[in-house]
Amino acid sequence: MGRKLLLEHINVPGINTFDVYRSKGGYASVEKALKTMSPEAIVEEVKKSGLRGRGGAGFPTGMKWSFLAKPEGVARYLVCNGDESEPGTFKDRYLMTYIPHLLIEGMIVSSFALGANTSYIYLRGEMMPQVRILERAIAEAKAKGFLGKNILGTGYDLELYVQPGGGAYICGEETALLESLEGKRGNPRIKPPFPAIAGLYGCPTVVNNVESIAAVVPIINEGGDEYAKIGIGRSTGTKLISAGGNLKKPGVYEIELGVPVEEFIYSDEYCGGIANGKRLKAVVAGGSSVPILPANLILKTINNEARLMSYESLSDGGFVSGTMLGSGGFIAYDEDACIVRNTWNFARFYHHESCGQCSPCREGTGWMEKVLHRLEYGHGKMSDMDLLVDVSKKIEGNTICPLGDAAAWPVASAIRHFRDEFEWHVTNASEATSRNYGLAHYADPLKVVETA
Amino acid sequence: MLRVDEAQEPVEFSPELITKFDEIVSRYPQGKQKSGLLPILHLVQAEFGWVSAPAMDKVAEYLSILPIEVYEVATFYTMYFLRPQGKYVLEVCRTSGCCLVGAEKIMDHIEETLGVKEGEVTPDGLFSWRGVECLAACGFGPVLQIGPEYTFYENLTNESVDKLISDLKAKAKN
Ligand SMILES: Cc1cc2nc3c(=O)[nH]c(=O)nc-3n(C[C@H](O)[C@H](O)[C@H](O)COP(=O)(O)O)c2cc1C
Ligand code: SF4
Ligand code: FES
Repeated sequence: MGRKLLLEHINVPGINTFDVYRSKGGYASVEKALKTMSPEAIVEEVKKSGLRGRGGAGFPTGMKWSFLAKPEGVARYLVCNGDESEPGTFKDRYLMTYIPHLLIEGMIVSSFALGANTSYIYLRGEMMPQVRILERAIAEAKAKGFLGKNILGTGYDLELYVQPGGGAYICGEETALLESLEGKRGNPRIKPPFPAIAGLYGCPTVVNNVESIAAVVPIINEGGDEYAKIGIGRSTGTKLISAGGNLKKPGVYEIELGVPVEEFIYSDEYCGGIANGKRLKAVVAGGSSVPILPANLILKTINNEARLMSYESLSDGGFVSGTMLGSGGFIAYDEDACIVRNTWNFARFYHHESCGQCSPCREGTGWMEKVLHRLEYGHGKMSDMDLLVDVSKKIEGNTICPLGDAAAWPVASAIRHFRDEFEWHVTNASEATSRNYGLAHYADPLKVVETA
Repeated sequence: MLRVDEAQEPVEFSPELITKFDEIVSRYPQGKQKSGLLPILHLVQAEFGWVSAPAMDKVAEYLSILPIEVYEVATFYTMYFLRPQGKYVLEVCRTSGCCLVGAEKIMDHIEETLGVKEGEVTPDGLFSWRGVECLAACGFGPVLQIGPEYTFYENLTNESVDKLISDLKAKAKN
């Protein structure tokens, strides 16, 4: 059994209430941090922990915190990113629903470390139930003296608010989120300046994912060095994985980083294998934006090493034969899944969610959706695959925010790894509208080229 | 395409609603009341079922911002309805994870059961439905949500959808 730092008590009845949460050791990190540590010491522990942002980009949290500008007399903000809209990802909603005080505890410690006296938890608008859950938990914490003025008599003041968005994937991008929190359209800002210099209301701001903030709690309780012992290499600690698609036991799992992908999919401790006795065809390992891999490449790297659930191992092979851990949105596709249809589904998503500011993203996503639609519905041409790759290349790197890349990668990788399936949709157009291509050779063991 | 319909009834905000607005605006620093726009639009929609142009104008007046600042936000985000909907709007996730476990069939079933196409309202005014993007519940698909509380219904089957619809019909009668 792997260690559980975030979800250890998730099944304790009443853990969503302050009293039960507290009886399980909850809010100890607040006492420790506010009473015995300086803000700088907390940042130092987070640096030592090696914690990397759990929102998708994997940027070291402690380093991000140390970039925060501290001009005299200017307010600083911590904004928690609970937008969670990346297809395949549902861990933050889960955490906030069942153990809301963990996030609030993390927010208090993190706000103190950053010198913020007002902090916001931005949730996607669809999470109204979670808005209510968190607001109730905040009221409880406040009544017990853990929020508000002069917390635990330490002289530190913090107000914490929950802010719902209006339904827009792009508001997960941190600068779009800040625009949205200011009551505007979610158009990403041009960087620099980075939020650490000019964020919310033009003030220095840190934006962190829900899970990153929650992870600060065990880091402070156990110390950064202890946290860093868990995991593998630069992938320290535990990670919440949202497992969905054709799995026997979909759900949210807390893993120690470094678990082999094969074990994660097939062992009973985790997903229990593929549902309905089917075979695995493909996996999207880190949310819809990361490259999709066929079964053989997700289980083993091109060097025939077991692929691990870690930042480094999943990206082994780069975009040629690897992918990314991303947000940990793990979608498994069985032998009946149609890769063309799925790619069209993703392309439609990105077209729908493009904020429209940059023409390569706005036009390119629409174009890709259209071409994929015609491939899926039997009107495709052989030249369409090259066209799609070409369009994806023209979007990639030419936009204000990474949504453009996020839209390009799934399409480019699907064609790279499943080109024969796309071609079959053209050569067998009428058959392709009535049945699926199936597993083909995607699950065959990789041929390993002998090297000297 | 969404559009801001013309010729709409004027609206009044009740004192209770204004009190809620005031509470929201108190969360932001002085002069940053515009931050309350998205939460306030949700409250308006919960009250009236949708967000009309006169309601947006009122919100603008309340927040001391220009009407266009409200329109551009209400049209950007997908959750705000710019025209009347059914009393219950069934919003089904149509993204990859849920499609793998039958979301498209659930949408077909809803269309057939309600007898209206996506975006249309049933003649009794009770229901409309639409596909929406990933709702962060992919492990429990197919899923749908119903506002204004945004209650989630997970692991949908045709039978659970039928039961949901008949329960809502019964609820509407009482
Ligand atoms: C299009 C797009 C969508 C994103 N969506 C989310 C999201 O839903 N949640 C999240 O935490 N980060 C999301 N991010 C990443 C954020 O911009 C940011 O890097 C993150 O919130 C930082 O927190 P972390 O360092 O704790 O991961 C998204 C980025 C992009 C470009
Ligand atoms: S890349 Fe797309 S989503 Fe990002 S700013 Fe440009 S148009 Fe908007
Ligand atoms: S794909 Fe349906 S909730 Fe995520």
